[in-house]
Amino acid sequence: MPRGLPPGGILLGPATLIFVWQVASMTGFLSPKILAAPSTAAITAFDMLRSGVLINHLLASAERAYLGLGIGVVLGVVFALIAGLSRAGEAAVDGIVQIKRAIPTLALIPLGILWLGIGDAMKVALIAISVFIPVYINTHAGLRGIDLRYVELARTVGLGPADFLRRIAIPGALPGFFTGLRLAVTTCWTSLVVLEQINTTNGIGYLMNRARDYGQTDIMVVGLAVYAILGLVSDTVVRLLERRALSYRKVLGA
Amino acid sequence: MTVHLRDVWRGFSGRRVLDGISLDFDPGEFVALIGRSGSGKSTLLRAMAGLDDDVEGDGTIIVPDNRSVLFQDSRLLPWDTVLHNVTLGLRTPDAEQRGRAALADVGLAGREDAWPNALSGGEQQRAALARSLVRQPALLLADEPFGALDALTRIRMHELLFRLMERHRPTVLLVTHDVEEALVLADRALVMEQGAIILDQTIDLPHPRRKSDGRFESLRDQLLDALGVVIHA
Repeated sequence: MPRGLPPGGILLGPATLIFVWQVASMTGFLSPKILAAPSTAAITAFDMLRSGVLINHLLASAERAYLGLGIGVVLGVVFALIAGLSRAGEAAVDGIVQIKRAIPTLALIPLGILWLGIGDAMKVALIAISVFIPVYINTHAGLRGIDLRYVELARTVGLGPADFLRRIAIPGALPGFFTGLRLAVTTCWTSLVVLEQINTTNGIGYLMNRARDYGQTDIMVVGLAVYAILGLVSDTVVRLLERRALSYRKVLGA
Repeated sequence: MTVHLRDVWRGFSGRRVLDGISLDFDPGEFVALIGRSGSGKSTLLRAMAGLDDDVEGDGTIIVPDNRSVLFQDSRLLPWDTVLHNVTLGLRTPDAEQRGRAALADVGLAGREDAWPNALSGGEQQRAALARSLVRQPALLLADEPFGALDALTRIRMHELLFRLMERHRPTVLLVTHDVEEALVLADRALVMEQGAIILDQTIDLPHPRRKSDGRFESLRDQLLDALGVVIHA
């Protein structure tokens, strides 16, 4: 195992990549028709920010992504609790989810369009489904992994079902839930990239598709940068939440 | 009488682990149950705690509803503070106050808001003891509660438990494999072998008990003999 990197050390790789890329563009080695220079993309991004275009597309995308995320997370947790806390629930829910897990969510687009049309309802629904899976799987695994000795303890202190849920099941499943949530925040954006190619007039996905039609590689780079930033920021936010909610783990081994 | 057992048997896949146990405990009686591993002593405790409904068996078990179990592991919830662990399941309005008092009783005042994992092994077991006693149980079932502690900590725990039992006066069943632990604490020692009680011995020594006392030694030899340990003089 390598030693821990110094603060900011992780930025060395990306910075080198951007530097090499910039040099390749400036020397004419990399044509702007293939890929725009980082500096060009930065200027384009700045212009788009100033004119408000980027913000509008970003908000449109964020609305779809986070609405889908919210619905998917709530459903994932509810169904994980149903499956994790009762045998009947497990029988009813888990098999279906395992089958769904094997089917790529994007393969549901044709049916989604047929049922919900080509508008935002279909997009949000498919994002919710794609988010549901990792949240359900990991929360359910967290619940199943709760030490049975705690269940026994709950019986000896006469804990009722509601208190059992609140004091043992939910906190016990929380580490699994956060693993699922971290996957989910990236998944919701991944699905969006594809879904925003269908009948949209706004959103980052739309922006990039239109740029393809006009060969605007700088706008494509801006779109990719936006996805990267959103993914990293979402992941960081979830990590912070996780660290606060699971702060008791810091003293492990103390 | 707080505990009444008649013809209790339990079996695992055809093998009888408890074979017709009949016992009565008086209120406030401190009973130690000694036996080798596999003798069935933990099975008996779990039967009395009502934690064995997946086990084959029959017999009459009458125990108070108001009972606490002290496990070998402290079994504190790692995600709850020490105080919240102590008051787990306690639904009285003064639960927090009682929890604080119980923690003070076991010498953990000031550690109410600590995470269990920040406590030492002995402190964790003291918190578990506080969790058992805060309910003011009529019956305390302790399953080798000091088995995982080092010798010095164990002696301190014996003193603490004895002091607290004097005050709260529940009926106690202490399962142990340590003959001296039984002799230091209990009013009565039961020796178990292959699912049956083979010795039921009253221990009427005055407290505090000294291991160098002649009567202590003769009782110890008697119990060790029942356990099948050959004593070389």
